[in-house]
Amino acid sequence: MTFEQLLPIFASTITAATPLIIAALGVLVSERAGVLNLGVEGMMLIGAVTAFAVGVASDSLLFGYLAAIAAGAAVALLFAVLVLSLQTNQVATGLALALFGIGLSAFLGRSFVGTPIERLPAMHIPLLADIPFLGPLLFRYDAVVYISVLLFAGVSWFLYRSRLGLRLRAIGEAPAVAHSLGEPVIRIRYLATIFGGAMSGLAGAYLSTALTPMWVEGMSAGRGWIVLALVVFATWRPLRVLLGAYLFGGVTVLQLHAQGFGVTVPSEFLSMLPYVATIVVLVLICRDPKAILLNQPASLGRSFHPDA
Amino acid sequence: MRNVVWPFRLERRPEPSMAMSIASPLIAAAAMLLTGFILFSALGKSPAAAFHVFFVEPVASLYGIGELLLKATPLMLCALGLAIGFRANVWNIGAEGQFILGALAGGAVALFASGLGAFTLPLMLIAGVLGGMAWAAIAAFLRTRFHTSEILVTLMLVYIAQLLLSYCVHGPWRDPAGFNFPQSQAFEDHELLPILVEGTRVNAAFIFALVLAASAWFFVSRTFAGYRMRVAGLAPAAASYAGYSDKKNIWLALLISGGSAGLAGICEVAGPVGLLSPAVSPGYGFAAIIVAFIGRLHPLGIVLASLLLSALYLGGEVAQIELQLPASVTSLFQGVLLFYLLAADLFITFRLRRVTNSEPVPTATPTTIQASTTQ
Repeated sequence: MTFEQLLPIFASTITAATPLIIAALGVLVSERAGVLNLGVEGMMLIGAVTAFAVGVASDSLLFGYLAAIAAGAAVALLFAVLVLSLQTNQVATGLALALFGIGLSAFLGRSFVGTPIERLPAMHIPLLADIPFLGPLLFRYDAVVYISVLLFAGVSWFLYRSRLGLRLRAIGEAPAVAHSLGEPVIRIRYLATIFGGAMSGLAGAYLSTALTPMWVEGMSAGRGWIVLALVVFATWRPLRVLLGAYLFGGVTVLQLHAQGFGVTVPSEFLSMLPYVATIVVLVLICRDPKAILLNQPASLGRSFHPDA
Repeated sequence: MRNVVWPFRLERRPEPSMAMSIASPLIAAAAMLLTGFILFSALGKSPAAAFHVFFVEPVASLYGIGELLLKATPLMLCALGLAIGFRANVWNIGAEGQFILGALAGGAVALFASGLGAFTLPLMLIAGVLGGMAWAAIAAFLRTRFHTSEILVTLMLVYIAQLLLSYCVHGPWRDPAGFNFPQSQAFEDHELLPILVEGTRVNAAFIFALVLAASAWFFVSRTFAGYRMRVAGLAPAAASYAGYSDKKNIWLALLISGGSAGLAGICEVAGPVGLLSPAVSPGYGFAAIIVAFIGRLHPLGIVLASLLLSALYLGGEVAQIELQLPASVTSLFQGVLLFYLLAADLFITFRLRRVTNSEPVPTATPTTIQASTTQ
């Protein structure tokens, strides 16, 4: 196995993992605040179609990305109003959001199927990108890959080193206690949910403008659900989310490179790998209920009403 | 929510309102229609014409009514099973996958078992039910043995099922005389469900759906097993205190919903579709979730709700042709409908109260905390 053979596999793993990392970090923050948003699949697709449509219409990928973030945030705001202010069941509303997002994105993107778009260009970080071996391995990706790493650092710092992060985690564990201490539980949950939506939108934007630059109905192919499993698998810790995302990214691209290894398994079975892998890792982690009980935010999925 | 901008307060009702329980799906449907009108106007189509095309034209003939019942049948079958599970707080989101496995299992009998004569069809149906059950059993096993969320497992299994179907119809099960189209051989006459009404495509599956509706009602309201599942959903602590087996409830919920989805799958391919292809289901498994909610998890409500969503499917198809509306408008409406239902459901447990300045608003009073700390 030469370096030349390994490099494309490594590179495609990194790019495949990037949308998973971004979306999962958003889900992580919102779940740490106690809000279970199952609608990630729908929000990712809305982000994807928005980035594609705005990117094509305005000929600027930057506007596309900004619009996708805003669209994801807007849809998450809708979810937050239903779940936080109107106290609807979080599981049902999240599923409704997913179905709505899938339908809305298909509707909005109907005239963009087959339209070409320019791929997000890869960066060439001066000096670092020219180092032999490490250069092509680490320093020649597009901007969003590096943003995802910065995001990981930012979310880790926010959750564990900032006052607001501490308050957010407290709200996720015991909202009634936090409320009696004067914390604005609903407001912080709103912000956390909107952040989660914005990140899902950004992840979706990456799908349609960088990973596979095109728009196809349902192009996230279940990544949203995998992201939710990823956060569980990572027991709600940012570093494990990062590592888990790279693992899943690797499994996803395996099917593309398997032929190069002379593997003769039918392509459909190779395509099943990410989904099978998700089930397997979920089983491995959930086997011991203590692992989940100790790490899951205690109020996850439960409605909180300040006056009740 | 107590500020001067929004002078209303959400107050919990002393007990859930029965009236709103029935009214909220109707309110949600009306809100969806209104949204539809606005959407159609925005797209430049006249709302009246769109309403006519969507709701009146499809059922203007006997054939049309038959199509309505035909599309409602798989929704009914899936949703009836799902509702039983949802009542027990078992969230089977993978009915789409169990549907596909039912089609595959029953289709395998149709394509490869020969010489069975009149027994072919019943065997196909049984195989379909068992196929759906087996697929759901994976989730039940993983949930009861390894505490894995059935939401995520059943969902992953949907994608795996779709890929499995794709493999079968592209590869080993492809019709050799089918011009390389990814589909199996067409089922022969004795492998198809009998048509009930001349001039329509309504077949025996509709009877199955009605029988299942009655059975589901009986199971949930008149059997001990159904009672145990309802208690497990409404008050899990009470259920475990009473000794109701959590594992049994989960298995029962998933096997019932998986079996009914599998039945829907085989009925679909032994009915209007007539063969195996990658597109055996236009998302029936997911639409059934919406049907179950709109129908308030009650068999009668589910029958009505499946007619409503079937009308949406039909109307969407006609609107595609006549108004050049995109196919995705159907799934968009389904999602919108569910959102409105969830919002309208709020008023079952809460009511709006006007807040005036003179009315004292209850808060968490500091005195109680102080009182408890001085104890």
